[in-house]
Amino acid sequence: MFRRLHEPEAAVTITVDGAPLVAGAGETVAAALLASGNPVCRQSPASGQPRAPFCMMGACFDCLVEIDGVPNRQSCLVEVRPGMAVRRQARPTPVGP
Amino acid sequence: MSAINSGEIDLAVVGAGPAGLAAATTAAELGLAVSVFDENATPGGQIYRGIEAVAAKRGADFAVLGDAYRAGESIVRDFRASKAAYAPNTGVWLVQKDRQLGIVRDGKAGMVAARRVLIATGAQERPVPIPGWTLPGVMLAGAAQGLLKSAGMVPAGPVVLAGNGPLLYQLAAQLVAAGVKIAALLETRSERAAALPHLPAALMAGNYLAKGLGLIAAVKRAGVPIRRGVTELRALGCERLEAVEVAAGGRTERIDAALLCLHQGVVANVQLSLAIPLKHEWSAAQRCWRPVVDQWGNSDVEGIAVAGDCAGIGGAEAAAHAGRIAAFEAARALGRIDAAARDTHAASDLAAWRRHLRARPFLDALYPPAQGLVVPADDVPVCRCEEVTAGQVRDAVRQGGTGPNQVKSFTRSGMGPCQGRMCALTVSEVIADALGKPVAEIGTYRIRPPIKPLTVGELAALE
Amino acid sequence: MTIPRDFDAVVIGGGLHGCSAAYHMAHAGLKPVVLEKNVVARHASSASAGGVRRLGRDPAEIPLAMASIELWHSMRDMLGDDAEFRATGQVRVAENDQDMAKLAERAASVRALGYDHEVVLDRKQLRRLVPAVSEHCVGGLYTARDGYAFPYKATAAFRLKAEALGAVVEEGTGVTGVEREAGRFVVATNRGAFRAPVLVNAAGAWGAEIARMLGDEVPLEPVALMMMVSARMPHFLDPTVGCAGRPLSFKQMRSGTVVIGGGYRGRVAADGELTELEFRRLALSARTAADIFPIMRDATLVRCWAGIEGFTPDDLPIIGPSKAAPGALHSFGFCGHGFQLGPIVGSITAQLVTQGRTNLPIEAFRVDRFAGQAAV
Repeated sequence: MFRRLHEPEAAVTITVDGAPLVAGAGETVAAALLASGNPVCRQSPASGQPRAPFCMMGACFDCLVEIDGVPNRQSCLVEVRPGMAVRRQARPTPVGP
Repeated sequence: MSAINSGEIDLAVVGAGPAGLAAATTAAELGLAVSVFDENATPGGQIYRGIEAVAAKRGADFAVLGDAYRAGESIVRDFRASKAAYAPNTGVWLVQKDRQLGIVRDGKAGMVAARRVLIATGAQERPVPIPGWTLPGVMLAGAAQGLLKSAGMVPAGPVVLAGNGPLLYQLAAQLVAAGVKIAALLETRSERAAALPHLPAALMAGNYLAKGLGLIAAVKRAGVPIRRGVTELRALGCERLEAVEVAAGGRTERIDAALLCLHQGVVANVQLSLAIPLKHEWSAAQRCWRPVVDQWGNSDVEGIAVAGDCAGIGGAEAAAHAGRIAAFEAARALGRIDAAARDTHAASDLAAWRRHLRARPFLDALYPPAQGLVVPADDVPVCRCEEVTAGQVRDAVRQGGTGPNQVKSFTRSGMGPCQGRMCALTVSEVIADALGKPVAEIGTYRIRPPIKPLTVGELAALE
Repeated sequence: MTIPRDFDAVVIGGGLHGCSAAYHMAHAGLKPVVLEKNVVARHASSASAGGVRRLGRDPAEIPLAMASIELWHSMRDMLGDDAEFRATGQVRVAENDQDMAKLAERAASVRALGYDHEVVLDRKQLRRLVPAVSEHCVGGLYTARDGYAFPYKATAAFRLKAEALGAVVEEGTGVTGVEREAGRFVVATNRGAFRAPVLVNAAGAWGAEIARMLGDEVPLEPVALMMMVSARMPHFLDPTVGCAGRPLSFKQMRSGTVVIGGGYRGRVAADGELTELEFRRLALSARTAADIFPIMRDATLVRCWAGIEGFTPDDLPIIGPSKAAPGALHSFGFCGHGFQLGPIVGSITAQLVTQGRTNLPIEAFRVDRFAGQAAV
C-alpha cells in the first residue's frame, strides 16, 4: 500500500506471523506492515473484518498487533527491533449466547 | 538529557509536540526541573514527526515536506540542548487532580508526582465516518502524511484524497512533490460565504492564506483531477479498498483506488483532559470539545495547565507560543519569578499567539466539516472498535438513551480500545441531531483511565 | 407555586431498585412516577459489575435471593428483555486448604438452613467448570443457576416496561423536600412538586438523605467501588468467579471482555456525584485476577471506573416500611450486592403497597435497626 522513497539506511529484520520481514531502522511496526504488501493488523473483535492502520498517531487503535507475545500493542507507536516477533491478531473466539 | 528527573519534578509535560517542547525548553531555562513524557520514539509531535531523522539522513525530503515542516527543526534542537528530561516511548495513562501521573514504558507501569502538569497532547483528526471507512486501504490524511515524515513512505497504488481542510491540500502538494500520481482529489467543502466576514482578520494573522493558495495552485498545476461539491463518499471493497464512489453535482462516479485518504480537519485531543476530568466546553466554531483555560493555559484544576491544539485548534506556531506562555506561568506559580516578570517575559509570545489565533475564525468557517459526515446516515458505522452504526445510536436514543454515556451502555459504542477517540464527536452530534438539541447540552462520554493501554500484569506490578 | 402532579406512588431514585419498584407497581395497576435527579441508572445501577449471585449471601438475604433468581430466569417473559442474563453459575475459588475448609463449613451451614444451592467443588470439579483457573487453586463453592447480566440494560428494561404500563419517569428531577398533606406525600423537586399517597425511597447511596426527610435516621456511607474491564478476549470462562480469601469478582462478558471487581474502594469526589480511582489499591485487584487466571497477565485494560453505592454498618440493605412516615417504603443501601435482589425487592415493595404485607421475611432489613447507633 506504501513504498519507500529511499532505500532504508539500515535494515531491521522482524518476523510477521513467523515469516521474516525486512524494515528500515526507525520505522514503526505499522509502517513496516503498510510497506509489506499486506497491511492487515488484525480482525476486528466484533465481526472479524480485516483492519489495517488508520490514523498512525495512536488514536484509532486499529493497528493493534501482538508483539513478542503481548497482544493489543499499538503498532504505530512501536519501532521495529531486530528479531521482534509480530503476530496479526485473529478475532477472539466469541463467548457465544 | 535524562529519561526522567531523578529528583522532584517541577513541571511534567505530557506530549512532545511544539507546545510541549517549547514549554519544556523555556521552563528548563527558567530553572525548573522539567520532565517531558511522550508516547512516540522521537520528539516533534505529529506536525514535526520524524524531523530529526529527516534532518540527519533524508535532507532531500525537506523539499517535499515544505518550509512549515522545517520550522520544527529549531524547536526540537533547542529542546535537545535544554536541561529538560525526556521520556520517549512512554504512555501517560493517568493524570490525577493531585498531579500524580501514571506512566508506562517497556512493560513497566509507575506513578510519578509533579508540582505542576502541562497537558500538550495536541490535535487529532476529526473522524470521517463514511460507508466502508473501516476497510484496509482507507486511512486518515494525517496518517499518510505521518508516513511521509517519519519513514519517507508514499502511497504505492492509485490514491484518492477526499474531504476538506488545509491538511488535505498540504498532503496533496507533498505527494505531488514526491512524484506520486494522485487519482483524484474530492472536495466536500460547499459553503464558503460564511468565511468571508472573517477574512480581514485572517489577512492580519500572517501568511496562512498565501500558503494555502500556494498549495492549491501546486496541486492544480500538477494536473490532479479535482471534484468540487462532493455530496456523497463511499469506500468500496471486500477485504480491502478497491474503489471510491463519489457523488457530486448529481453525478455518481467510481474511481479505482488502493488508498483513500480522508480528512475533515483536526480537533483538540481531549482524551487526557476529559479523563482527569478538567472542565470542558463545546466550541461551536471548531465543532469539538476543549478544556476551559485562561490565557496562561490554567485549567479549573489547580496546578494543571493545557497548551497547544489540545486546548483548541490554533496550529503549530500558536502552539509553540502557548507552550512558552504556559512555562512562564509555571515559573510564576512555583515562585521562581513574580507576576511582573512573567508578564514581561511572556509579552511577545502572548502577542504572537493572539495574532496566530486571529486566522482561526476564517479557517474554521472556510473548512467546516460536511454535515453528512458529522451526522452520518443510519447504515454508517460510527464506532469503529465495536462496529456500532449511526442507526443503532438513534435506536438507543429512542429507548431513552438521551446522552452519550447511556448510548454507550446500550450499544457498546466507545467501549472498545480507542475509548471513543474515533466516535465520541459523531455520537454526540447524532444524539443532538436526533433530539434537536445543541451538542453543548448533550455532552460527551465520561473518559476513564487508563487512557493508554495498560495490561493487568503491568497494573499488578504498579510501583 | 404550581399545583403538584398527582400519582399513585412517588419513587425517588431511577436506579434498578426504583425502576423495579415502578414496574411491579405499574404491573399491579398503579400509576407511579420515578424521580431521578440525574439520568436513569447513573450510579451503582450502571457501574455495577452485574453479578447475579445467590452464592455466599447473608442468611437473611437468602430467601429474597432464592425468589429473585426465579425472576431473573423469567425476565424475558416479564419484561420482553433478558438484560443479557447468562446463567453460567457462580464459583468461589479456594486458593488453599484453610479457605477450602471455610467454604465447606459455609456449604454445611447453608444446608442446615434448608437450602441446597451452594455445592462444594473439589479440585477436579473446579477445573471442569473453570479450566483457566490457576494450578494452585484447590477447589471451590458453586451455585449453578446464578450468573450475570448487564446492569444498565436490566435497569433500562424495567424502566421501559414500567413506562409501557403507564409509569412516568422524570429525569433531571432532584428531590429537595418531602411534606405530608392530608395523608399524601408532597415531594418538592427542582422541576415542581409531585403528590402521592405512597412514597418509595430507592435513592441508593443518597437513600439516607431521603430517609431523613421522612424522619428516619440511617447511618449510610457513600462508597465508590472500583472495577475494571479488559479488551475483548478469546472465550475462556463461563461462570462468574469470586475468591474465598481475597476480594474478587471476575467474569467474562458475552462480548468477550473481562470485568474485574470485588470491593476495592476508590474515592467519592467532593461533589458527591463523581468518583476518583485509587490505582495503587486497584493494583491489588489486578494481582488477584492475574494470580487466579494466569491468562489475564497480558490482558489489556480498556477502562477502570467506580460506582457510588450506599453501605450500612451491618452490610445489609434497608427494605420495608418507614418508621416515622406511614405510607413510605425504603429500598436502598444495598452495600454493593443489590443487583441480584433488584427484581424481587421491587416486587416486595409493590406487595407492601397493594396488600400491606409481603410473604418474604424482611425483618432483618428494617429501617430502625441502627437506632441509638451513631451516624456515620
